[in-house]
Amino acid sequence: MRPAGRSTYDSLYFDYPLFAAKRAPEIDGIARRRQVVIVGAGPIGMTAALTLARYGVASVLLDNKETFNDGSRATCIARASMHIFERLGVVKPFIDKALGWRFGRSYYKGRQFFRLDMPHPAHEKYLPMYNLQQQYVEKFLHDAITASPLIDMRWLSECTGIASESGGVRLEIASPEGAYQLDADYVLAADGARSTLRSQLGLRLKGENYEGRYVIADVQMDHDFPTERRALFEPESNPGGTVLIHRQPDNIWRVDYQLRDNERAEEAISEENIRTRVAAILEEIGHTGPWALEWWSIYSANTLLLDDYRQGRVFFIGDSAHIVPIFGVRGLNNGLADAHNLGWKLALVARGEADEGLLDSYSPERRGATLDVFANATKSTRFMTPPTRGWRLARDAALSLSLDHEFPRALANPRQMQPYTYGASELTPYPGRDRAFAGGPVCGAAAPNPRLADGTHLLDHAGDGMTLMIFRQRGLSSEEAALIGALAALDRRLTALIIGGAGADAPAIAIADADGALSASFSACDGAIYLLRPDLHVAGRWANLSSDEILTTAGRCLGVALS
Amino acid sequence: MTTMPFDEMEAAYELLATAIDRAGPDAEALFLTRLALLLAHDTGELSRFQNAVEAALAGITEGGAAKP
Ligand SMILES: Cc1cc2nc3c(=O)[nH]c(=O)nc-3n(C[C@H](O)[C@H](O)[C@H](O)COP(=O)(O)OP(=O)(O)OC[C@H]3O[C@@H](n4cnc5c(N)ncnc54)[C@H](O)[C@@H]3O)c2cc1C
Repeated sequence: MRPAGRSTYDSLYFDYPLFAAKRAPEIDGIARRRQVVIVGAGPIGMTAALTLARYGVASVLLDNKETFNDGSRATCIARASMHIFERLGVVKPFIDKALGWRFGRSYYKGRQFFRLDMPHPAHEKYLPMYNLQQQYVEKFLHDAITASPLIDMRWLSECTGIASESGGVRLEIASPEGAYQLDADYVLAADGARSTLRSQLGLRLKGENYEGRYVIADVQMDHDFPTERRALFEPESNPGGTVLIHRQPDNIWRVDYQLRDNERAEEAISEENIRTRVAAILEEIGHTGPWALEWWSIYSANTLLLDDYRQGRVFFIGDSAHIVPIFGVRGLNNGLADAHNLGWKLALVARGEADEGLLDSYSPERRGATLDVFANATKSTRFMTPPTRGWRLARDAALSLSLDHEFPRALANPRQMQPYTYGASELTPYPGRDRAFAGGPVCGAAAPNPRLADGTHLLDHAGDGMTLMIFRQRGLSSEEAALIGALAALDRRLTALIIGGAGADAPAIAIADADGALSASFSACDGAIYLLRPDLHVAGRWANLSSDEILTTAGRCLGVALS
Repeated sequence: MTTMPFDEMEAAYELLATAIDRAGPDAEALFLTRLALLLAHDTGELSRFQNAVEAALAGITEGGAAKP
């Protein structure tokens, strides 16, 4: 919602472009079956389209609106999401505009009791978190979409129906230029929390709704405080409720405050009440200058998901598949990982390079990630908004003890989004090989991205296919050279990195590791091998060469049977 | 005195929250007092219990701590 007198797209800092509806060729009877149609051009649908395009697969992208989301919504982008944007070649505007951060402070009755310090190995390329309004996320993705000849973006185009059609899917589309049908091999439902496709297919989200309600308000002000997460428990300005404050670009500050049980939602979101409550909070944090109200909304936490993210040829990605509490900033980040995960797999299938079976790994991998998010989010939600008297008493006891004692402080940790480990996936067939390593990323984990001596980062050298890393001090053995050849025959996008002093013959790339820091971050002894998936999660790792297992693993990830 | 690993501390916190709900509002004070007595007995050391009592009272008596 916006203050009285300002329309939906009348923002203090963001110029909303208004996109026109195109006349779809299907309206004039020029119909052809599309490989992929994506319904919903929110951040998740756009990321899926860009991932497919990265692999050369065309898509039609539909959205029923004429522009981006009306308010800021998601603000925090996690490191793993920056890696996805980097993979898609669109990370630069994000780096230029977003505010990176890693610290936070929690206060109880005005006294600081907890300092959040998110892990940030000094050699990592990206900070743990970046704040950026969701409209910018969508704008930057859309700029890349406009530049892509492979993405047919259609605004003001609403999907109103869906049916199976001889080995494909038929969609009914309504647009200002007329209604038409669109036939597709695969459909991605990226149509958000109130997904039309989900209800059309008779599917339901399952899980829990939480009681606590929050008002989310964005204000514009000159306010001097670093980009950190501030959590105020039992503040004077909101007794009985919690307050969260985040800094965003363009002098915009996000204020989230919890409503008390006896407050009615309709009253709470009147402009007058928003102004009174926000003013009290700003006073408490020492802001005395002027401020302007930009946008507000009301929100309550849910942990809901589909039993299966796949229904035949329809895949659910983002909010259409799951709704997660905002504490810990997972809604957007979890969805971006869905889009990227499905994107590279579907691209390989659509190109005819991979067997359809590769798509079976999407739902278990990403549902697993969402269930993991739920486990963490449930804990932070219970701390932020205790659901019962028992939880409230225990929470208040922990908070009040935290002022003078160290031991309960970490209970206030927001457990921010961490990338999920696909250790149990069928694409990770040899997790037992972890036992031969003393540390480093386990099978299924996101690979670390250490800085190299030449100033680049390790994953700058990874490609769009599998990445093989051989840690070798002296020359490669003939078996190792043969493995590279066999993998290159399976995967034409293969990147082979030879780490250490051994040197490399093309197509392999030599990466120096004079001080051994790179080997140390992977706990790799001489001869160790890592195989990374296209999304740079570890598919497998071996302390010693095991060509059969490595080829089997690559075959699983690429959806190809070994001859 | 050994310090509890965080995971266990968190499990204790969750156990306590759910146990207060199980006791119900009418019996929660009795439940918490019984729990304190049992833990005092378990420590087997009066001085440690005295310290814990003082730490738990700190702030409350000056009117500074949680008033649920
Ligand atoms: C008030 C609010 C605050 C939030 N705050 C946070 C936060 O702080 N942190 C966080 O991580 N997340 C937050 N979220 C969640 C975050 O915004 C979502 O997770 C994210 O937008 C999901 O992206 P999506 O692309 O899946 O869905 P959406 O962004 O909802 O996009 C779906 C798109 O599909 C379009 N569409 C829908 N139906 C059709 C149809 N039938 N035909 C064609 N197009 C259709 C819609 O117009 C929309 O553009 C918040 C959400 C809300 C509502």
